[in-house]
Amino acid sequence: MSVADAKIRAVIVDDEDLARQVVRELLSEHKEIEIVAECANGFEAVKAVTELKPDLLFLDIQMPKLDGFEVLELIGTDMAIIFATAYDQHALRAFEVHAVDYLLKPFGAERFEQALARGKQRLGGKLPPVSELKAATRDPGEYAQRIVVRDGTRVHIIPVAKLDYVEAQDDYIALANQGKKHLKQQTISSIESSLDPAHFLRIHRSYIVNLERVTKIEPYGKDTHVAILSDGTRLPVSRSGYARLRDVLEQKR
Amino acid sequence: MHPILGHPRRLALYLFAWLIVTELLFYLITYHSGVRWLDAGIFFFPLSVFYAFVCLSAWYSCRGIPIEGTSFLGLVGPHLLAAIIVSGFWVLTALGFAKALSHTRRFSDIETKVLNITQLLLIIGILEYLLAVALFYVLQAQEESREAQQRVMEAHVLARDAELRALKAQVNPHFLFNSLHSISALTNSDPKRAREMCIALADFLRATLGLGEKELIPLQEELSLIHSFLAVEKIRFGNRLKMEEKIDDQVLNCMVPPLILQPLVENAVAHGIANLTEGGWIRLHAGYATDSNSVAIDLENTFDPEAPARRKSGVGLMNVRRRLDTRYGKSASVAIEKNGGLFRVGLMLPAERQAVHA
Repeated sequence: MSVADAKIRAVIVDDEDLARQVVRELLSEHKEIEIVAECANGFEAVKAVTELKPDLLFLDIQMPKLDGFEVLELIGTDMAIIFATAYDQHALRAFEVHAVDYLLKPFGAERFEQALARGKQRLGGKLPPVSELKAATRDPGEYAQRIVVRDGTRVHIIPVAKLDYVEAQDDYIALANQGKKHLKQQTISSIESSLDPAHFLRIHRSYIVNLERVTKIEPYGKDTHVAILSDGTRLPVSRSGYARLRDVLEQKR
Repeated sequence: MHPILGHPRRLALYLFAWLIVTELLFYLITYHSGVRWLDAGIFFFPLSVFYAFVCLSAWYSCRGIPIEGTSFLGLVGPHLLAAIIVSGFWVLTALGFAKALSHTRRFSDIETKVLNITQLLLIIGILEYLLAVALFYVLQAQEESREAQQRVMEAHVLARDAELRALKAQVNPHFLFNSLHSISALTNSDPKRAREMCIALADFLRATLGLGEKELIPLQEELSLIHSFLAVEKIRFGNRLKMEEKIDDQVLNCMVPPLILQPLVENAVAHGIANLTEGGWIRLHAGYATDSNSVAIDLENTFDPEAPARRKSGVGLMNVRRRLDTRYGKSASVAIEKNGGLFRVGLMLPAERQAVHA
């Protein structure tokens, strides 16, 4: 692929105006790069990236609404990503989502050029596979407090306490939350690992349930059971799922 | 917990001391009653051990009647009464024991002999009980002084610790590096503002560094620290950050622990304003409480109730609470209120005028 004639399209995401200004200024030296959008928060970033599909993304981490990692979870990592943040506590996570570079504020022209060169290299070469990255965006031993879902350019935030159950549907998962279902491109195993096992349990190959919603378990057929949730939803429980469920419910008692 | 029963080594020591006293008692009794030495030993040994344990109960009445704040009569009366009752009970036990033993040939005459010395036994019992009371008061005083010493030490360590952590929190890396980044952004586009921000940041850092050694500062000084902090943040956040202040002039020279408000304002920016796309406001009110013996400081800010809690949140607030607690005890308080998109911290601390510490 040739990038010599086409301009590289970049999006700058930072909630501080002055921080965006630095990137803008440093990019002004590069005629081959065009800034297609500047965003001041996570929601704007998701919308801009989904609509504009840029090649290069400058991303701050601590922002209102959605942080930088949540933004990536929603838009994928289909572009060269350069993080810019004031503090290096997130460096490891940035590495795990295959960011091109990680700039520590304040940064000067020299360091910026280095990051930009790496970004161009990435654009010219092969991108890493996008799937399987998402589960890595959390520190070990820490569980999700909320789940972000994108519906077109709109973003839904579901606090895990309000999540009733998760259902696997081919490459997607459906997140059931107060009668509504939100689809997300993620595997059920990957979301299982991000949910706190004290509250969520895999009861079936295709189902994870919020334990607080389970009101009753009834036998169903020969080897299987069915879990009845507080809103009346009936979910299949596999044999091994039933064993796990019984253990957990007995422990709670 | 019982100071003797709860500790096997102390119990052993107590019983040993008790046996020495019993030795004297035993000598007295053989002299008066004509009981043979060996018989007296067999008879009085179990009674003495039994009484040693009975007297341990004096601890509970000692705890109920503290030496300080009790009149002499109030102190002696109950203990003397208890001594008479306990000793009487002990003498009755001795008589019962003697009666039981009188069926054996060896002790056939013991009952009459013990009956002859009941008065003596009663007095010895009373004295021994009172001795135990005195012992427990000594133990109690010792324990109290040790506890007081420990409390002083603990308060000292806590104050030092809080100071250290408050200072560490001041040089919040996020704040520092983001500010430096903003300055670097301004150097090209607006050198004048860049210089202003450099000066505001320097003012803030200088003030912070100087405050560590002071125990108390006038509220005015704390406010000017907050102003230089906000001057920096204002450049970073632009018109996303709005500040409103209403301070009663009368409280400006009241003394407060240094860096007691600044962490709260920093929290309001980091957890409030920084999470709001459209920005928000911080409102600071300070004045006398109704009785003018204490200062009431109220800090309110808007925040996004849907933002996930950050791991570090709450540390600053806990720090402030602990520092007020170690310095003022119950006469200071921290109230926290979360109402929709509004977060409020209310501090109440004793009003100390500057003159006292000048």
